[in-house]
Amino acid sequence: MFKKLHEKKKAQLLLGLLIGIFFGFLLQKGGATNYNVIINQLLLRDFTIIKIMITAVITGMIGAYLLKKFKKIKLHPKPFYLKGIVLGGLIFGVGFAFLGYCPGTGAGALGTGSIDALFGIIGMILGSLIFSRIYPSISQTLQKKEKEWETIPQALGINPWAIILPIITIYLVFVYFFEFF
Amino acid sequence: MNWLFLKTWSPYLVGIGIGILSWISLLLSNKAIGCSTAYVRTGGMIEKFLRGKQIKERKYFQKFEPKIDWEWMLVIGIIIGSSLSAALSGQFEIEIIPAIWSQTFGNNIFLRLISAIIGGTLIGFGSRLAGGCTSGHGISGSLQLSVGSWLALALFFIGGIITSISLFQLLGGL
Repeated sequence: MFKKLHEKKKAQLLLGLLIGIFFGFLLQKGGATNYNVIINQLLLRDFTIIKIMITAVITGMIGAYLLKKFKKIKLHPKPFYLKGIVLGGLIFGVGFAFLGYCPGTGAGALGTGSIDALFGIIGMILGSLIFSRIYPSISQTLQKKEKEWETIPQALGINPWAIILPIITIYLVFVYFFEFF
Repeated sequence: MNWLFLKTWSPYLVGIGIGILSWISLLLSNKAIGCSTAYVRTGGMIEKFLRGKQIKERKYFQKFEPKIDWEWMLVIGIIIGSSLSAALSGQFEIEIIPAIWSQTFGNNIFLRLISAIIGGTLIGFGSRLAGGCTSGHGISGSLQLSVGSWLALALFFIGGIITSISLFQLLGGL
């Protein structure tokens, strides 16, 4: 659906901007652009960030797989490469604690006037440039695609809903205990 | 319209809103929301400005061409949207050292900004090595049930939790 719209370059740039504005608005209203909220999440004192993320994942999952079922959209799952993800994920985590923002919330924090987020953004640009230089030497090792599958249902050879429905159930049980006990 | 001026919304409501945005971007733009490639492209654009077209030969810039694209505009949008939300609730404030940092490490501006640059550099490098950040892997990849994204999401937080407890409770508690 909307194939013609997908090809309109200027309209797409405008859509990217608009979706970003809503995204940034939501992140700020959720407290996710606030350094203290993020660090308190990492120190396990405040679970706001996890609640936002998991709720977004669950909501997104239901809609995305329904839209895919009715052939309205294409999915874009990420390739799986164990070494790069493990190493990169941990390096990201260490940086996350030092900075207190991630690439999305850092941009949002800059919008609320946080100067330290601007320095974090300069760092992110530097880190990306360092990566761009070493990329040729790791593209066939750390980022070598190891498997044919990308998603959990593909890897297990099952219907996506056989995994989505249990995930929703676990989520609802967690929310119930988190909010009512 | 009072709700637009509130300082915070329920995290569940915000999460549902972000989930719905993910449907809209898949539907209208054939894209999954993500932020970290915008920083590669910005870096490429700056380097191209400083060093000329020779940087086009770098393999990674053939994969992520240094130009303004959908995701780059998304990140600009985040800055605007967050600014708007903060302005409506009276939370826009120029701040260099956040509260928890100053309570733990004091009011040395240089120390805070250096740690922000170091943290940012690790995030920029790590997100490109892992193939995404807390948005691209953590939200978009996970909602599409990518195996790698669930792994990345867990590791972002495992690395973040261990490091921040070491920094704030062990080192900061001395």
